[in-house]
Amino acid sequence: MKLLVCISKTPDTTSKIAFKDGDTAFNTDGVQFIMNPYDEWYALVRALELKEANGGTVTVINVGPAENDVVIRKALAIGADDAVRVDAAGATALSVAKEIAAYAKDQSFDMILTGKETIDYSGAEVGGMVAELLGMPFISFASHLDHDGSVAKISRDIEGGVEVVEVTGGCVVSASKGMAEQRIPNMRGIMMAKRKPLNVVAATAAADAVKASKFSLPAAKSGVKMLEADQMDELVRLLHEEAKVI
Amino acid sequence: MGETIKKSSKTDQYKAPDYYQLDELLTDEHKMIRDSVRAWVKQEVSPIIEQYTEEAKCPLHLYKQMGALGALGPSLPEQYGGGGMDEISYGIIMQELERGDSGIRSMASVQGSLVMYPISRFGSEEQKMKYLPSLASGSMIGCFGLTEPDHGSNPSGMITNIKDDGDSVILNGAKMWITNSPIADIAVVWAKDEEGIVRGVIVEKGMKGFTAPEIKGKWSLRASITGELVFEDVRVPKENILPGVKGLKGPLSCLSKARYGISWGAIGAAMDCYDAALRYSQERFQFGKPIGQFQLTQKKLAEMITEITKAQLLAWRLGSLANDGKATPQQISMAKRNNVWMALQIAREARQIHGGMGITNEYPLMRHMMNLETVLTYEGTHDIHLLITGMDITGFNAFS
Ligand SMILES: Cc1cc2nc3c(=O)[nH]c(=O)nc-3n(C[C@H](O)[C@H](O)[C@H](O)COP(=O)(O)OP(=O)(O)OC[C@H]3O[C@@H](n4cnc5c(N)ncnc54)[C@H](O)[C@@H]3O)c2cc1C
Repeated sequence: MKLLVCISKTPDTTSKIAFKDGDTAFNTDGVQFIMNPYDEWYALVRALELKEANGGTVTVINVGPAENDVVIRKALAIGADDAVRVDAAGATALSVAKEIAAYAKDQSFDMILTGKETIDYSGAEVGGMVAELLGMPFISFASHLDHDGSVAKISRDIEGGVEVVEVTGGCVVSASKGMAEQRIPNMRGIMMAKRKPLNVVAATAAADAVKASKFSLPAAKSGVKMLEADQMDELVRLLHEEAKVI
Repeated sequence: MGETIKKSSKTDQYKAPDYYQLDELLTDEHKMIRDSVRAWVKQEVSPIIEQYTEEAKCPLHLYKQMGALGALGPSLPEQYGGGGMDEISYGIIMQELERGDSGIRSMASVQGSLVMYPISRFGSEEQKMKYLPSLASGSMIGCFGLTEPDHGSNPSGMITNIKDDGDSVILNGAKMWITNSPIADIAVVWAKDEEGIVRGVIVEKGMKGFTAPEIKGKWSLRASITGELVFEDVRVPKENILPGVKGLKGPLSCLSKARYGISWGAIGAAMDCYDAALRYSQERFQFGKPIGQFQLTQKKLAEMITEITKAQLLAWRLGSLANDGKATPQQISMAKRNNVWMALQIAREARQIHGGMGITNEYPLMRHMMNLETVLTYEGTHDIHLLITGMDITGFNAFS
């Protein structure tokens, strides 16, 4: 099987979020970056498991600048065979998807995996766009994925239940929690990662039509109000009028 | 197969301090190594360590996990299952393991630096093939027997001995305070031959006349098992003697390697204590303020981070020297002594910041503090390392 996993770089979950340039850009000062957990823990690890079961190769692709190589090396340390970085800023979902599709179109991948979303901008768009650009089916929010080499059997989490689909031929799948378990790269993997190929390819310079114009933080949590145990009416009033949850 | 491991659901909130941006001195690979071992410790060590410590049980299942991770013999040649990594990587691995627990770090130190290292450096090709891959994977456990009941700081006085007997040697004597001895498959034992020259002998579990009783009642390194090695006319084939070294420099070179790792390891324990204390000082309110607002708490925390930063610099510089093959045993002594003492002081201060809460195993302070008492004593006591520095700078031997 020939598998492609799309990986992106996101701020560490404990990062302090701030904006700059008049709230039009994310302030990366002092922020630690990691591989997007949905890409790493689920999409990549499941791809490696399928390769281990069926044979084949796992390639990872990232659209971004040279500083993303650290994250790409980690994917190689976890077990990917080779990596591609499309040398572009990769600002919006569509431009990223176009770059990935441009790279993948002649490569006849059996499956392309992404995380269900990135944990920073939560767009959940790239997978669907890549599928469309390549004319492949897209199966989103997959929590379980099996592949016997010709047919993929995929479970999707849907409201209140699970949908199971079967796909014949190539497809794009976005992975959600449950598809696999995180693998911590071992020392051997880390040492081998530096000898694995990381190919940098030029971008096709896909134009960006969408531009972020403003970011804002959620409102700060207000203080906790303590009520006595017998103030039930007051509790109901507050939930209704202030918290507006009932 | 084995028992199921109960894991605590409490999350390990550890965040490592880096006050002087020392990360910039590390390569991307070093950082990936650190993040991996840190993640493994959070996942496998933190949730179980308090219980194993309380019950004075060794988490044996971690051996194979450490083997798979690559924490056993990371800087030894790859050919026999070592990691082929540099000395800073090895130091970082020890730091992260000891951040979890000094006992876990000891398991890895003994296996890698005191058992695999002498076999890899002084062993025959057959010995390397026979033992190193299984030791590296953690499927075989080793121990290192140098200290004797009556010869601790002065190993040259050892009485354990081997006598020639055809194809074999006959081993007699006893070793004391041996990490892992009751669970070990092999022991690298240092004994004097008939000419009084120290030789390394690989003794295998099950050899007639060889026993390894456990030493009970330790209040330190409780998750690491310690015992004796007793030899009564043990017949050991000559092919089990390490051919490549004669004299005390054999065991001493192993100790240099392990002490180097400890000088990094102790920083891990210190950082864990500091991190816990800093967090507690922000969460604990007294007199209507977080205790971190009181000057006396700040003094403790400020001194801790100062000492940690100095220790980090010392370890990093020592690692760079070691990478160039230039770190002297005397330089290693200085780092071991300074960093372990620093960690012990920080464990005590951090315990104070936690008040009564610091006394229980809700927090890691007492465990680190008790562990560090051993670390202060083994691999050359605090005072012995001072005498090594003293001798190095004055030229006078103050040992005897
Ligand atoms: C938990 C644990 C695990 C261990 N694991 C191992 C192991 O795996 N393998 C192994 O071989 N050993 C091991 N050891 C032994 C350890 O290395 C020794 O305990 C240590 O070297 C000190 O020896 P000792 O206990 O005999 O103390 P002693 O040498 O009797 O020292 C007692 C005190 O006297 C001081 N002293 C001694 N000589 C002098 C001097 N000339 N000048 C000034 N002060 C002096 C010492 O500094 C110390 O304070 C372990 C010990 C412990 C506690």
